Amino acid sequence: MDEATLVEWRVKPGDRVERGDIVAAIETSKGVIDIESFDSGIVDALLIEPGVKIPVGTALARIRSDAPGTPAHSTPPAAPAPAPPAPATPPSPAGAAGREGRVRASPAARRHAAELGVDLARLHGTGPHGVITIEDVARAAPPARSTAPPPDMRATIAAAMTRAKREIPHYYLATGVDLHKATLWLAEYNRERPVTGRVLMGLLFVRAVAKALTGFADFNGFYKDGAFVPGPGIHVGVAVALRGGGLVAPALHDADGNTLDAQRPAFQDLVTRARSGHLRASEMADATITVTSLGERGVDTVFPVIHPPQVAIVGFGRVAQKPVVTADGGIAAHPVVQVSLAADHRVSDGHRGGLFLAAIERWLQTPEQL
Amino acid sequence: MGARCRADARCVYALGTGVNDSAIQTTYREALRSALREAMRADPRVFLMGEDVGRYGGSYAVSLGLLEEFGPERIRDTPLSESAFTGAGIGAALGGMRPIVEIMTVNFSLLALDQILNNAATIRHMSGGQFSVPLVIRMATGAGRQLAAQHSHSLENWYAHIPGLRVVAPATLADARGMLPTALACPDPVVMFEHATLYNLEGALPADSGAVDIERAAIRRSGKDVTLVTYGGSLPKTLAAADALAADGIDCEVIDLRSLRPIDDATIIASVARTRRIVVVDEGWRSGSLAGEIVTRVVEQAFYDLDAAPARVCSEEVPIPYAKHLEEAALPQPAKIVAAVHAVMNRG
Repeated sequence: MDEATLVEWRVKPGDRVERGDIVAAIETSKGVIDIESFDSGIVDALLIEPGVKIPVGTALARIRSDAPGTPAHSTPPAAPAPAPPAPATPPSPAGAAGREGRVRASPAARRHAAELGVDLARLHGTGPHGVITIEDVARAAPPARSTAPPPDMRATIAAAMTRAKREIPHYYLATGVDLHKATLWLAEYNRERPVTGRVLMGLLFVRAVAKALTGFADFNGFYKDGAFVPGPGIHVGVAVALRGGGLVAPALHDADGNTLDAQRPAFQDLVTRARSGHLRASEMADATITVTSLGERGVDTVFPVIHPPQVAIVGFGRVAQKPVVTADGGIAAHPVVQVSLAADHRVSDGHRGGLFLAAIERWLQTPEQL
Repeated sequence: MGARCRADARCVYALGTGVNDSAIQTTYREALRSALREAMRADPRVFLMGEDVGRYGGSYAVSLGLLEEFGPERIRDTPLSESAFTGAGIGAALGGMRPIVEIMTVNFSLLALDQILNNAATIRHMSGGQFSVPLVIRMATGAGRQLAAQHSHSLENWYAHIPGLRVVAPATLADARGMLPTALACPDPVVMFEHATLYNLEGALPADSGAVDIERAAIRRSGKDVTLVTYGGSLPKTLAAADALAADGIDCEVIDLRSLRPIDDATIIASVARTRRIVVVDEGWRSGSLAGEIVTRVVEQAFYDLDAAPARVCSEEVPIPYAKHLEEAALPQPAKIVAAVHAVMNRG
């Protein structure tokens, strides 16, 4: 994603905002998402009108920091950047303003700003000591005039999937997992809980994948510039089909951590907001692996396509009663799900993939530990 | 003069390629020795002199075995007087010979500085172009072997300061093998710095590797995020740092200066124009260092390409200590280089 349209403001000048508050909604090729403030303070000015298309990195508003002694021209919230993480060292509190209010920008940034007609005073520096770099200027540059129509979600999916099938040598593995124990345990878990507090099998699937990934880092991350880069955490993208067509796979952050009880509301909230078009930027960019479930469509096995630059996707088919040979040699009807893995052969091999699937199965056989 | 050094080198280089693709396993020391041997065999005017170069085989064993092959007329042990034998080398060069003078360490070369600066570097100028001094002076430089403060300093910049000299710093096997013939063919006095930690450097060298130019810097590793400029004994450390940084996702370009006078500005400036950031790694002391010179040239010629202030990793400003841990702490190390790059990239 490199541009988006401002849909609406949720704040006005004079409003007080806290870091993390939703301040605006923008429409991207993946749908409408909410923008959070990076800072706390008083909204000083809104710089962009609703309906205007803006490149990623553009300053949307000016927030007056209420930290003592901080000048007014402080950090504006910017449209979300796609994948790159924020710099580890935060810029100085005074932003790009240095001695005597002079803007601190690198020589290359100054030259580029002059070429593009960008006002440095409006930018937020990400270089050493908060200095404005040439990348900061490039992000703020007015977009080049384009006559092409904006890509819609279909085009976005088309681009990603074409790239996946062109670049990624997929291999596929699948195995049947007996959900007898998991189903009984889940029924017990949900018995005393109100409808809204119940856990669905889908969350157990996501948790089992996330827990299994703790021992299989080579399935969790990205393939970039010819090499595998492990993910910064286990952020499982949950594929959600949208009623209007298309799908999104927002990230459930740190899906291996916390407890099932604690994660349930976050999971439900994520799915609800995905369907209503209120995802956050970080959720759109951070997923390190994807889980997809076509179970409710009634298929036995999913053969999923990896979402680049991720390196693996785990699919769950429908949970169906199947004849199973039990421990005592008898045959019983148990709920069984086909768990499938599509993984990037540049990063891992089938042997590892098989072990990874086996680990997912082990977690599903010990649901109480999820 | 420069054109002649370049052209000769190109000639030999062209002959040396494509003839023999096999590689031999060798060391920096052996590569220097085979260059010496080949030069002595090829030209009867070439001879080697210095302290302990004959019977002892050289204080770093570079000339071991050459006395037996070429005899005491051409492998000459000298009295312990750097001024005298360097001056004798200048005289021999003026008289038509092609002398190679070995000085044990750059620290001791200060005793010959009068000869090098006031005679070797100036005679062409003062004779109105009538005389040249085709002399090669080899010397060990640098720390890292616990030889304490009278044997461990890096004073390359003292010589790189002097018009009339050429100063080179071979940091690879190919340069150890190939810089000497080009230096001997050059009509200027050439000072060649061999870092003491490089003599045991091992690696493969094409069996037919020959003369190389002594004017251009070399890109030892290509990268897009930051330019690391270094030379001599700091090259392996800088490449190690670049490897470590690659694991962090920082893609370093590493430039080996090779020639410290003249400095190949074009290669450095072109690299900085791509990466927009520069860190110079130099074992010399920071004040008045070659690193300072490099940074100044970048600021003069590529100011508007810079996206971060240039940075330097140099030796601490102390006489190099004897104690191992203090010596290590005083010198540029991969960890210091990594930290400097992180600061320039605003990472870590």
